[in-house]
Amino acid sequence: MAAIGNPMIRMASHAKKGQIVEVRSLIMNPMTTGLSKNKAGKLIPAHFIQTVTVTFNKKPLCNVDWSTAISANPYMAFKMRAVESGTLEMTWKDNTNGVWSSKAAITVA
Amino acid sequence: MEQMKRRKFLGVSAVGMAAVAGSGVLVPAIANAANVAGWPAAAFDAKKLDEAMKDSIDTTSVKTSAKVRLTAPTIAENGAAVPVTVDVDHPMTADDYIESVYLYVDHNPTPLASAFHFTPDSGHAYFQERIKMAKTDMVRAVARTNKGVMMSSKPQEIKVTIGGCGG
Repeated sequence: MAAIGNPMIRMASHAKKGQIVEVRSLIMNPMTTGLSKNKAGKLIPAHFIQTVTVTFNKKPLCNVDWSTAISANPYMAFKMRAVESGTLEMTWKDNTNGVWSSKAAITVA
Repeated sequence: MEQMKRRKFLGVSAVGMAAVAGSGVLVPAIANAANVAGWPAAAFDAKKLDEAMKDSIDTTSVKTSAKVRLTAPTIAENGAAVPVTVDVDHPMTADDYIESVYLYVDHNPTPLASAFHFTPDSGHAYFQERIKMAKTDMVRAVARTNKGVMMSSKPQEIKVTIGGCGG
């Protein structure tokens, strides 16, 4: 199986106060549904990310609940209003107790 | 090299353990005991669009509104990764904002694909992600404000040439 985890966040490093910035993210995960079979005819167990939480300076910004209908190695983009400089942190959790997080900093002037 | 092997072994055994933990009960693997706290299992396990909508937004009929824009290809060559963008033209202020946006694929084995929850700090109720589609189907997004007002995107048909569910 390909690598798992390796979360990545892409966000502008600088923004003007009040500007709405886009944040793009990617993480490696098989996102299997538990419904398909392998070549031997055995069910492949479900293994997928269920929640993604995003905070900015430790304050909740947004969060997502995912089903198995999200593609493998899920990409997710969302927006944030730049109000102050600080750190955005994202945490991904999967149904096999996997937890990954990543941070990105932004300077707001 | 030795370390690589050990890592691989640890990875495999972790998955094995999870399978054992889940095998005690005869429920789909989706509903195993390792669900992340707070993940709405009932809504995600629902097999029909009506049930999925009821379990997630407590209604099955939502008025469509041009404010909820769903952008997706009309033809997806690969159902395993269909890019979908949703944005809602609505203020995001402390007392009036889009709280949640639900995305449904009508005839997927489990129609509810994702549930996004925003805060006023989001600035814009917007997201982009890639979804799996079993076959040519309708996709719709339903937005709910913090006051409970609901609006739906126009359902959009996406033609799928290769289904996304393997097997």
